[in-house]
Amino acid sequence: MKGIIGKKIGMTSIFSPDGKQTSCTIIEAGPCTVTQVKTKDTDGYTALQLAYGDKNDKHSSKSEKGHFAKSSSSPKRFVKEFRDFSLEKNIGESITVDIFAEGDKVDVVGTSKGKGFQGVVKRHGFSGVGQQSHGQHDRQRAPGSIGNSSDASRVFKGMRMAGRMGGTRVKARSLKVVKIFPDKNFILVSGSVPGHNGSIVLIQK
Amino acid sequence: MNSAVAYIHEQLTTSKTFPRFKAGDNVTVNYKIIEGNKERIQSFKGDVIKRQGDGHTATFTVRKISDGVGVERIFPVSSPNIESVVLNKAGKVRRAKLYFQRTRSGKSARIKEKRVK
Repeated sequence: MKGIIGKKIGMTSIFSPDGKQTSCTIIEAGPCTVTQVKTKDTDGYTALQLAYGDKNDKHSSKSEKGHFAKSSSSPKRFVKEFRDFSLEKNIGESITVDIFAEGDKVDVVGTSKGKGFQGVVKRHGFSGVGQQSHGQHDRQRAPGSIGNSSDASRVFKGMRMAGRMGGTRVKARSLKVVKIFPDKNFILVSGSVPGHNGSIVLIQK
Repeated sequence: MNSAVAYIHEQLTTSKTFPRFKAGDNVTVNYKIIEGNKERIQSFKGDVIKRQGDGHTATFTVRKISDGVGVERIFPVSSPNIESVVLNKAGKVRRAKLYFQRTRSGKSARIKEKRVK
């Protein structure tokens, strides 16, 4: 696996030379600093720890400063680990968007937009009652029966009900890399990406 | 507009200059049609009933009456398939979106021409 930490900027659409319009998301990714290299001998597994986004010195604890000093970098806001990194990198080296190429298929991980407390129609795609007459009164979007009567005598675990929706870790799989702008650290992927504009996303391949 | 979005379009989108037109104007849009490996130009003449969006993702809608049937087509302003836009007549209208044209036909669907003094 290889990956980078980035920030979702926003969406737009671009035209291919033959006139096809594709919607795409702009992500400002990297440069990330390698702050720790985990190896099989010392940690039991191999991974790279990457850090992204500058942080005020005043807001970093002494232990954070000590950790970042090992890779001779300034304190960073976001630290993420990528397991089994396919590129050989040493501590202190930086990773930029050019680890990806145009046409690559990447996964983008982010935290989806929080929707609050939602009913079953929006949250689980129930179809609702489907009609307004024949005694439906005010329950057009009600879930209906949640189980049987005496046999079972309980509601099964995992029954889909209303509740908090969104705000969870979501992975958008196999998005095509449309274009890379190494001088601006921009990467353009086709389609949408979970989360608000400005939220932190991980791009993996 | 977001500066990152502006930068991306600066790099990837070729902007063309069309005559200034707005809702109510009569235009001819010449656009490319690709059939197999042949390319030809078709034109669509009608009234602009709306301009929508901004920047390079903006679109405009052209409405015409073809054999008694109303036909609308939406064109992206930055589409590479648009060869040219010709402004035939400037219209005098009081609205930005002329959706009321959809319920009109014949004489009442005419748009007054704007005369430049």
